[in-house]
Amino acid sequence: MSLLSMYRLPIHRRVFLFASSAILAAVALAGTPAFAQSRQETLVVLVENGPNSMDIHGVGTSFRSYVAAWNMYDRLVTFGIKTLPDGTQSYDYSKIVPELAESYAMAPDGKSVTFKLRKDAKFHDGAPVTAADVKWSYDRAVSVGGFPTFQMKAGSLEKPEQFVVVDDYTFRVDLPKQDKLSLPDMAVVVPAIFNSKLARQHATDKDPWAMEWMKTNSAAGGAFKLDKWSPGQEITFNRNDDWKSGPLPKIKRVIIREVPSPGNRRALMERGDADISVDMPQKDSAEIVAEKGTGKYIVVGVPIENSLKYIGLVTTQKPFDNAKVRQAVAHAVPYEQIYKSAVYGRGIPMAMGPGDAPKDASWPQPFPYKTDLAKAKQLLTEAGYPDGFETTISIDLGDATASEPEAVLLQEALGKIGIKATIEKIPGANFRNAMLQKNRPIHIASFGGWLNFPDYFFFWGYHGQNAVFNTMAYQNPKMDALIDAARYEADPAKYKNEVMGFIKLAMDEAPRIPLYQQILDVGMQKNIKGYTYWFHRQLDFRQIEKK
Amino acid sequence: MLSLIGKRIVSAIPSVIGVLVVTFVLTRALPGDPAAYFAGPAATPQAIEEVRRSLGLDKTLPEQFVVYIKDLATGNLGNSIATGQPVLTEIRTRLPASLELTLYGLLVSVLIAVPLGVLAATRPGSWIDHLCRVVTTAGVSLPAFFTGLLLVYVLYYRLGWAPAPLGRLDIFYSAPTTVTGFYTIDALIEGNLEIFRAALAQLLLPVTALAVFTLAPLARMTRAAMLEVLGSDFIRTARASGLPKGKIVYGYAFRNAMLPVVTTLGMVFSFLLGANVLVEKVFSWPGIGTFAIEALVASDYAPIQGFVLTMALLYVMLNLAIDVLYIVIDPRVGFES
Repeated sequence: MSLLSMYRLPIHRRVFLFASSAILAAVALAGTPAFAQSRQETLVVLVENGPNSMDIHGVGTSFRSYVAAWNMYDRLVTFGIKTLPDGTQSYDYSKIVPELAESYAMAPDGKSVTFKLRKDAKFHDGAPVTAADVKWSYDRAVSVGGFPTFQMKAGSLEKPEQFVVVDDYTFRVDLPKQDKLSLPDMAVVVPAIFNSKLARQHATDKDPWAMEWMKTNSAAGGAFKLDKWSPGQEITFNRNDDWKSGPLPKIKRVIIREVPSPGNRRALMERGDADISVDMPQKDSAEIVAEKGTGKYIVVGVPIENSLKYIGLVTTQKPFDNAKVRQAVAHAVPYEQIYKSAVYGRGIPMAMGPGDAPKDASWPQPFPYKTDLAKAKQLLTEAGYPDGFETTISIDLGDATASEPEAVLLQEALGKIGIKATIEKIPGANFRNAMLQKNRPIHIASFGGWLNFPDYFFFWGYHGQNAVFNTMAYQNPKMDALIDAARYEADPAKYKNEVMGFIKLAMDEAPRIPLYQQILDVGMQKNIKGYTYWFHRQLDFRQIEKK
Repeated sequence: MLSLIGKRIVSAIPSVIGVLVVTFVLTRALPGDPAAYFAGPAATPQAIEEVRRSLGLDKTLPEQFVVYIKDLATGNLGNSIATGQPVLTEIRTRLPASLELTLYGLLVSVLIAVPLGVLAATRPGSWIDHLCRVVTTAGVSLPAFFTGLLLVYVLYYRLGWAPAPLGRLDIFYSAPTTVTGFYTIDALIEGNLEIFRAALAQLLLPVTALAVFTLAPLARMTRAAMLEVLGSDFIRTARASGLPKGKIVYGYAFRNAMLPVVTTLGMVFSFLLGANVLVEKVFSWPGIGTFAIEALVASDYAPIQGFVLTMALLYVMLNLAIDVLYIVIDPRVGFES
């Protein structure tokens, strides 16, 4: 019996009981909350990270922001919608349809496009949409510099003088030369139509394009109005009931919630507390796809057009300046293992193709390389490296879920042919800078183009102009000539030859070893209909409905 | 007492200045090029230069420092490039979120740990002492984010008792008018009991996770301090003099045992504020820790500096509050200084 046992006082028990009953009370409080909104007309979307700007022309606007710009703003024209073989809807890059414009006409010589605007279209504040607003918006896109200006330039839209107000409801774009990318480029996210009167009220002498104000506000007239944005937490949109540029959306309200933990996103979907989950980890989507619709929710996966996950080899440095060494690496890559254990089958293989030449002018298409270590070793010997060499594999830490296992598998395979590679993991903030330096001998990266043309991909990815996406610093006059010819080719037969020509060159020279075409996986409840894949890889709420 | 508080504040000034200089230099020494990052994927080298100029990063370090100090003097902490918001606004909305979570976590923790520690000390070797030992060992060996994930899995995913781990409020509620920034308090001020309930429900799981984690040091410290005091001479004297048991334990023993407990409390609090990043991630809590980590990943200078500065000021205030508490608990402390 302890001396201290005399202090066994009832008061302690009371304090303890109070503490535990407070917790019990709190547990009891956590009931089902009454729904303030009708769940049926509200779409709840889960994302890993949300937008960082409401202005598509802003400095540093991330791709997460496209969802806001795309749904809040209209463009003059947009893309049509087609149904893919598996029944999923996708935008149709070959079909340009009017949106804010009622109609458009390309001049016979292809050097100008005239748009007739809808007379009944209004911005969210009620102001009518006029050609002056359109001109202001196009002028802004080509003047503010950075990404929007760069994107406009891809369609030969470069100077404000090209944009002409004919009358209040007629707008003309003059083109320096016929360019097949001009019209599609007016249907991407960047040339959104801003309410110029509203925006001008917030412009200053130092900031003539109201960049500061536009970061957090909208001057839009599209199908959805910005309701409230809490950066890092949530963004909500309400339907614009006066929208005239298309059929009225079925969804009345959209809530996009940021949920950083992938496990929680999955739990929320399985409990039915959310309707759509984007940013699916490949392992999760592979598991849910394997359930074949018997699980709580489904995943719709669409291959991302004109995109590649690839291994790049810097061609300006030894030993990868030698095409034979590059081919040796291409024969050493353990493709099967990468598809199976790095991306769980959520990718379209872009290697082990039949024959050794392109089958048609489609892009991307499988390269002929197969895992064949004997061949790799032989090529390496022919190139003068019978004992291999030392090198590094660089990956983006921001994409480590897939890239890290890929790098490890590659490292192991290279070891078998005598190439000793170390893995360098570069933080997301620094990766682009590292790629710009073009001195990372082996790197695993991805690239995709918004405009779905092979020559567009090659212009950024293989051309000797050496854009940042040509991470291999590959330069070959023969390649450049073919790409340049295809870019403005009017004759379909010649175009096909040129495209197959540069794809063949890319296969033979192997500066970039394609791994797979990435798949955009979106998780959704079974009652969600009308999901449509868009080139910008974000949701378009206008087509979605809950049944 | 007032002069002591004044002295404390004055002595904090050099450390705050030191913090300013160190964070400025450290953020600049981070690897990564914010200009390349924020110029976007399609940037040309000259576009990156443009961004560098617009961010003021083309100036020399001393010049940048002068600009920074000037901005700071006018209360301008700069803009976060990643979220596009002024850092001051971000901190103003995110700090209360973190504080609310941390304070509730501590409150629950103290409400359980202190009685548990006292009970364990008054009957060593009894079942309650063993319980205390089990709880503290479990608490210290379970990282808060793990407890959090476990709670979400069982109470939300499996049983459906707890609300979805979606931050401070369920999707279909809107936040109360900001007065303190604490949703529970603001909801009460507004008189909106439904929002109060909803906010409290969201707090439940993360607070439990934090409380379980912080229970251990507090309960152990309480137990140890109580044991020491209860074994000291003046307690024996008090008992020999026939004082009532309640008076002995609460009036003398507990009060004397409070000092180390308060010190631990301060340490745990400051540790929690910075360390509950993972809990914030698990519960999608829009707190300040997540904000700082994301800024670090993006080499976004302004928010990092703002975060460290806020934390430094908070620590200064925390230390001050603990010193004042010392004086309240033990008047001798005040005389000594």
